[in-house]
Amino acid sequence: MSLKMPLPDQRVLARRDEIVAALRLIVPGEGVIDRPAELRAYETDGLTAYRQPPMVAVLPETVEQVAAVLRYCHRHGVKVVPRGSGTSLSGGALPLADAVLLAMGKFNKVLEVDYEDRLAVVQPGVSNLAITKAVEAEGFYYAPDPSSQIACSIGGNVAENSGGVHCLKYGLTTNNVLGVQLVTMDGEILRIGGKALDPAGLDLLGIIVGSEGLLGVVTEVTVRILPKPETARALLIGFPTVESAGQCVADTIAAGIIPAGMEMMDKPAIHAAEAFVNAGYPLDVEALLIVELDGPAVECDHLTGEVEAIARNNGAVTLRIARDDAERATFWAGRKAAFPAVGRISADYLCMDGTIPRAKLPHVLQRMREFSEQYGLGVANVFHAGDGNLHPLILYDASKPGELERAEEFGADILRLCVEVGGVLTGEHGVGVEKRDLMPAMFSEDDLRQQQRLKCAFDPDSLLNPGKVFPTLHRCAELGRMHVHHGALPFPELPRF
Amino acid sequence: MAQHNPQTIDELRGIISDACAGGGKLEITGGGTRAAFGAPNRAADQLSLKSFSGIIEYDPAELVLTAKAGTALAELNEAVSARGQAFAFEPFGATGSTIGGVIAAGVAGARRVSAGSARDHLLGFKGVSGRGEFFNAGSKVVKNVTGYDLPKLVCGSWGRLAALTEVSLKVLPRPPERLTLLWRGLADEAGFALMRAAMRQPVDVAAATHLPGQATLIRLDGFGPSVAARAAYLEASLASHGVPERLSEAEAAPLWAKAQEGAALPVESPLWRLSLPPRQAIAVIAPLLALGGHYVADWAGGLIWLTLDGHEDEIRHQAAAAGGHATLARAPEEMRARVPALHPQAPGIEALSRRVRRAFDPLGVFETNRFLDETNAD
Repeated sequence: MSLKMPLPDQRVLARRDEIVAALRLIVPGEGVIDRPAELRAYETDGLTAYRQPPMVAVLPETVEQVAAVLRYCHRHGVKVVPRGSGTSLSGGALPLADAVLLAMGKFNKVLEVDYEDRLAVVQPGVSNLAITKAVEAEGFYYAPDPSSQIACSIGGNVAENSGGVHCLKYGLTTNNVLGVQLVTMDGEILRIGGKALDPAGLDLLGIIVGSEGLLGVVTEVTVRILPKPETARALLIGFPTVESAGQCVADTIAAGIIPAGMEMMDKPAIHAAEAFVNAGYPLDVEALLIVELDGPAVECDHLTGEVEAIARNNGAVTLRIARDDAERATFWAGRKAAFPAVGRISADYLCMDGTIPRAKLPHVLQRMREFSEQYGLGVANVFHAGDGNLHPLILYDASKPGELERAEEFGADILRLCVEVGGVLTGEHGVGVEKRDLMPAMFSEDDLRQQQRLKCAFDPDSLLNPGKVFPTLHRCAELGRMHVHHGALPFPELPRF
Repeated sequence: MAQHNPQTIDELRGIISDACAGGGKLEITGGGTRAAFGAPNRAADQLSLKSFSGIIEYDPAELVLTAKAGTALAELNEAVSARGQAFAFEPFGATGSTIGGVIAAGVAGARRVSAGSARDHLLGFKGVSGRGEFFNAGSKVVKNVTGYDLPKLVCGSWGRLAALTEVSLKVLPRPPERLTLLWRGLADEAGFALMRAAMRQPVDVAAATHLPGQATLIRLDGFGPSVAARAAYLEASLASHGVPERLSEAEAAPLWAKAQEGAALPVESPLWRLSLPPRQAIAVIAPLLALGGHYVADWAGGLIWLTLDGHEDEIRHQAAAAGGHATLARAPEEMRARVPALHPQAPGIEALSRRVRRAFDPLGVFETNRFLDETNAD
């Protein structure tokens, strides 16, 4: 492991038996797991390069138990790592050797569906797809659709502000959540947001979504549900160059069209996906676009014609329009299986997640090819083309000494490049441990300190999910200090008037 | 009280640092169009950000615009409109209103019900905290989860976290067509039921407003053929509510303007803004109308603009009992000095909000007693 996590607190480890016993008083029966063999099940999440069994795992069933566990840990200075389904691609749920792992999987009920106000109240362990399943009979769905939607939990989606292929048109998790019940590290149960659209005061919900489990533990989520569009139609378009595919995306948006999904794959990704699922992808093109349009049939027909014209104008060499939903599903099958498909052609891969201004795509892909040669590792690209979110998959073999480290360096170079061209380190996977040490590439010391002060407002002892997101742990007292003494001015270098 | 008009970020930092050192208070202003919100007679120097004006970067293909925070909203609307684009949250304000003010007040128009609010469209910002530190948050791309989402937090923060100097906003294509369906003479219950029924249809309703005793309006935005098809679908599925008239964008504009900020309501009475679960709205306002109130409903019933003399406790009680809240949007000075503009919240939320404000402004230099909830700084 090339990444340093906070050193385990030996005093806490020495009190392990006492802590386990106290937790058993809060969560009885099978809800506290302390046998090493069983703890192995929790040692990693979707970022499998990193593994660390927790000191103990707790599976609470009620919000009162969550509050009591956090209150106990707060009082005794024990760290806590929350976990949903463990699908984080950035290591957000990576355990710590001296921490309690709080696994929220037993919070698995849909509590209320209100079609009149178009919302659902669910427990955090409910899977993303299960929300849609619960409301689809009435013609509704939950819009954000991360690729792991069968498994990933809505609580994890809230923590990571998860996206998906439809977020250009329908937004990320944060745009589709109305409220949460949150338990803070000191065991206080808070209701933030609810069934109304606007907050009464500060938009605390806005910072809780995407806070990667550092601010509190979500025990209930209220999400917006939407009427399912009448029709969806997909186009599969092949281009001779990445540039022409990119121009087709730009021209589509310039024509005022915001597709429900607009995905690009480069040649290595196309070949890997086609070999895996036989989606009928053309193999002689450099870039493939899947454009999905949704709405009334007449709108889909109209926009399909527009997109087709734009694509041909940009030199598309193949263009197919799905005749029915089955064919549309086939178009998507390759893209949705792109990660496992790459997993078949390479022993291991690292999935990166930067966002760039779309116009920079040809430049970024060119630099990526150069990095690929420099590091001697292959790379395949899938790309949420509408919103500029890149997923380069770096191919490596962990059994070969030094390859993981090289792959990580390659990935870091890509993400630094994303920032350099005006983009960001992560578009939807989160910072977690994976991109933690790259944060200074995007944020200054003052920027990061300001974010950490926010953490201090929720968790002044830094007990909740420490070692994630921020490269340097600062004590809250140090962050809060203001150097104002006897009228002496802070920042003496500034001009005064 | 002094008036500061910094020209550079360093000057701005100096002014805030001086306030930190001297125990001063600063009220951040943009166009000053919302100065009458909150308690009057605020003991603070005015800190105008009007000099931070102008568009920094706007590439329509990237769907992002970056401007200095003191730029007039009208100037930005003109710039994006010239490229066939728009801010989907439909921000509005009086003449001189700035984009920084729109963000600080969390303003959104009729399309908020479908497209989200300012918080859903602010991608990033730069600003100076109450510590006098210049910092950057969020980004200039439409999809980003790097670090805490501070842009959400500054929306609706009323200048109590940081003096914004620069904002990056998401822009979207302007819908080529906006068609309004108008039903006349529906009673309140029927009008609200119609709005909810419309929102349940798979037709992507852009906005829904009820003007009591006059009209119930449903707006469809998009490409011509699509709007026509969706209008026909709605007319058929809502046939039990009667046959609507179809109004063009120009014909409907005066009606939509009546709903915006309760413009059609009596100006002599205090104006409240109730944010509610739509289904509860009728039950919330019925007792308030019996006390002599008037209202218009926007956001399919999720937003009620209400005028009513007195009864502030009853208004807040009714809103809170339904899971919503009531903001005092406009009132005489005497009332604003006494009644907090923002709905007081549960003690745990109030305490957490105060800690969050202190994370940006430890000495309370932006706490001007405008919200009647200020306490001494830690």
